[in-house]
Amino acid sequence: MKTPLYNEHILLNARMAPFGGWNMPIQYEGILAEHRQTRTGCSLFDICHMGEFLLTGKNAEGDLERMLTQRISTLAVGQCRYGYLLNEEGCVLDDLTCYRLGEDRYYLVVNAATTGRDSAWIREHISPDTVFEDVSAATAKLDVQGPSSRAVLERVTGCTLPELKYFHAAYGELLGTECLVSRTGYTGEWGYELYFPATEAVRFWKALLADEGIRPAGLGARDTLRLEMAYPLYGHELFEDRSPLGVSRGMFVDFTKIFIGRDALLREKEAGSRKVLVGLRLETKSAARADDVVRLVDASVGYVTSGSLAPSLGVAVALAYVDAEVSAPMQELTIDARGRRLAAEVVELPFYREGTARKAR
Amino acid sequence: MNLPAELRYARTHEWVRIEDGVAIVGITDFAQDQLSDVTYVELPSVGDQLAVGEECAVVESVKAASDIYAPVSGGVIEINESLNDQPELINQDPYGSGWMFKLEPENLEDMQALMTAAQYEKVAPEAD
Repeated sequence: MKTPLYNEHILLNARMAPFGGWNMPIQYEGILAEHRQTRTGCSLFDICHMGEFLLTGKNAEGDLERMLTQRISTLAVGQCRYGYLLNEEGCVLDDLTCYRLGEDRYYLVVNAATTGRDSAWIREHISPDTVFEDVSAATAKLDVQGPSSRAVLERVTGCTLPELKYFHAAYGELLGTECLVSRTGYTGEWGYELYFPATEAVRFWKALLADEGIRPAGLGARDTLRLEMAYPLYGHELFEDRSPLGVSRGMFVDFTKIFIGRDALLREKEAGSRKVLVGLRLETKSAARADDVVRLVDASVGYVTSGSLAPSLGVAVALAYVDAEVSAPMQELTIDARGRRLAAEVVELPFYREGTARKAR
Repeated sequence: MNLPAELRYARTHEWVRIEDGVAIVGITDFAQDQLSDVTYVELPSVGDQLAVGEECAVVESVKAASDIYAPVSGGVIEINESLNDQPELINQDPYGSGWMFKLEPENLEDMQALMTAAQYEKVAPEAD
């Protein structure tokens, strides 16, 4: 599938590749340059491939409370929370963000590859009077990310953006079109995720890129940026046959409420997670890659889920799923990478700690 | 495609230049462009004896690692140490300061099996 911005990417000579069923831009100028510009300036990402659902009705809150791991009832209008959609076995169908847009109106933002399955699952599990709409095709999503995002967006639109706290959103008219402006992102930097009608995508893209302070960035940089922040990527850290407890160590799961998969997670919690996600810092720029085996001396203790050079750190890092016994910081491990053994050490996450996402702007 | 006529090319995207009887090896402009940002280079050691087609180096980009094969047989007499700190030289100057290693060729006839620029240009987009 193609996003409404496909032709713009071709015009910019982007390198395109398949991702989650979509033909997406991986890079324009280059991953390292786009990574740097996001950490120091401002980047524009086409994220139209992700899915968006609207749920409305007086039972929508209760339905979502039962389907999602994060607490929904305490969300204020304009607030969002990140969490998981689980099956009965406590395995992750998707990781997603849930916004409360009105008293009985909720907005879910889901991964591209899982949009169809999520939609089917949610339709099956909502009350008869809850109205579910998959608005993915009609919705454009552009991410404006980087420390100068606010200045750029205000300059381009001529508007003063509302004061939004992190993980809060508000409707506003930008470039004459109503947008949901959300102070969230997947880079660790200050920034916005903009949701608006897909028919306006090209106009917004061009208007933003006409400003000298913002340049396009592809999914390649999005991946190195999120890896430095240790944000999980569905299909790498999260899978439908993996529970979230080992991945987020219980974060984003509220056991004080009832939700699908809770019993399975409680049993797992009782037994203790056998494998957990850790951050590994390597010694050089030579990277480990997904599926490389992690060893303690000669014994296999896990595997890499994502790995690459961390451009902001100048050294390779990896996320790995390893036995709980070897998951403490400073634990020394090795990684089998293409026939060589790379030395690695378990480190505290995130890898990159200078991000501006939560800082005042 | 930037392909100097005086070089010879392997299907696996290495180039060779013979200078005073020494074979200088690197990867082509086409290959560096496909790899994009080179982030790490693993070179052979001086003294290694390489056979034609032998895996002898690795070029890593943000997204992937690619093996480099010896385009001719011979002993490694020098490696480009600058690539340890500046792997980006391969992107910036693939036929110059981005060279990878020098071999003393065992058999200059190995060169006959390599391609000219014109031949490589035809096959490069389809080659591995």
